[in-house]
Amino acid sequence: MIYLSLFFTFFKIGLFGFGGGYGMLSLIQHETVESHHWLSTSEFTDIVAISQMTPGPIGINSATYCGYTAIHNAGYGEMMAVLGSATATFALVLPSLVLMILISRMFMKYMNTPLVQSIFKGLRPAVVGLLAAATLLLCNKENFSTPMENPWQFFISCALLVATAFGTGYLKINPIRMICYAGFAGLILLY
Amino acid sequence: MQNNIYWDSFKTFFKIGIFTLGGGYAMIPLIEEEVVNKKQWVSKDEMLDLIAIAQSCPGVFAINIATFIGYRLRKTRGAIATTIGTALPSFLIILAIAIFFSQFKDNPYVAAIFRGIRPAVVALIAVPTFRLGQRAKLNWYTIWIPIVCALAIWALGVSPIYIIIIAGLAGYLYGMFIKPTES
Repeated sequence: MIYLSLFFTFFKIGLFGFGGGYGMLSLIQHETVESHHWLSTSEFTDIVAISQMTPGPIGINSATYCGYTAIHNAGYGEMMAVLGSATATFALVLPSLVLMILISRMFMKYMNTPLVQSIFKGLRPAVVGLLAAATLLLCNKENFSTPMENPWQFFISCALLVATAFGTGYLKINPIRMICYAGFAGLILLY
Repeated sequence: MQNNIYWDSFKTFFKIGIFTLGGGYAMIPLIEEEVVNKKQWVSKDEMLDLIAIAQSCPGVFAINIATFIGYRLRKTRGAIATTIGTALPSFLIILAIAIFFSQFKDNPYVAAIFRGIRPAVVALIAVPTFRLGQRAKLNWYTIWIPIVCALAIWALGVSPIYIIIIAGLAGYLYGMFIKPTES
């Protein structure tokens, strides 16, 4: 029952997704690509790109898209895939909804205690590690090709990686614009 | 007026959902403008508290904020209205793109464009990693934590969920037993 498994997976992601959209991406990737094999790495990377370029929170965008693609890849039709994206989105939002209501109802006063703060303090460096792992896992031959297989694509891919890191990190170019540049470069150099 | 608040809050968060590009933190000024300045649903100080709590809790930041404010306004039903409002624009836009894109995925031009985009996306995730590291105030005594976590996930295939649980537990134990003895 793929819907049930989709629901359970995205519920888990919503419940443990600390550190905002990007922190959540490494969970989504681990669950959908590595453990359930619903998507390939390149499909996941495309989803991240599209989620970044479209309005709305990245977490919601990518959950909606992953839900759709997972069902689509399993060989079901369009309507079933739409149901899949609804399932994933609903499951992702549900823990937030419940947790936030609980906190505003009764735990508000505990949120600032030193003990709760030290839990969050422990989480922060781990989330950095999560993000680093997501980056490393995306550096594979599906996204970059290999020097043996296609040296030209590998070289261009590495150059685009460095250029984008420099552009967004140092020159502060808007990420959406950077994705557009990279897409244009791909069209010209990797066609 | 009583009934209208659901519609009104739904509309407000729908608007916030549509107009935030880049997600997450880009959303804060927009939410403040709409919710604090225009509608005056919460005060500026309350908003700061809400942001702090919504950031430290799991889940999508914008959804957390929306749920909080919705609950403030009209309890659970208000929370549901604002949550749906925030999620709906994303859902509809992505669905339209997903249906459209699945037909063009194998087009050679589209495939070439995405071959260029993929390495860029890797960089777009790498950059916030360093930024988050700075914000977490990592130093020589704590830098091993993200490295070990990343290696466990990447090389050993450990689920990030376990990493989160262990890190939270470690923070708890630290606050419970070690921190009181330090001062």
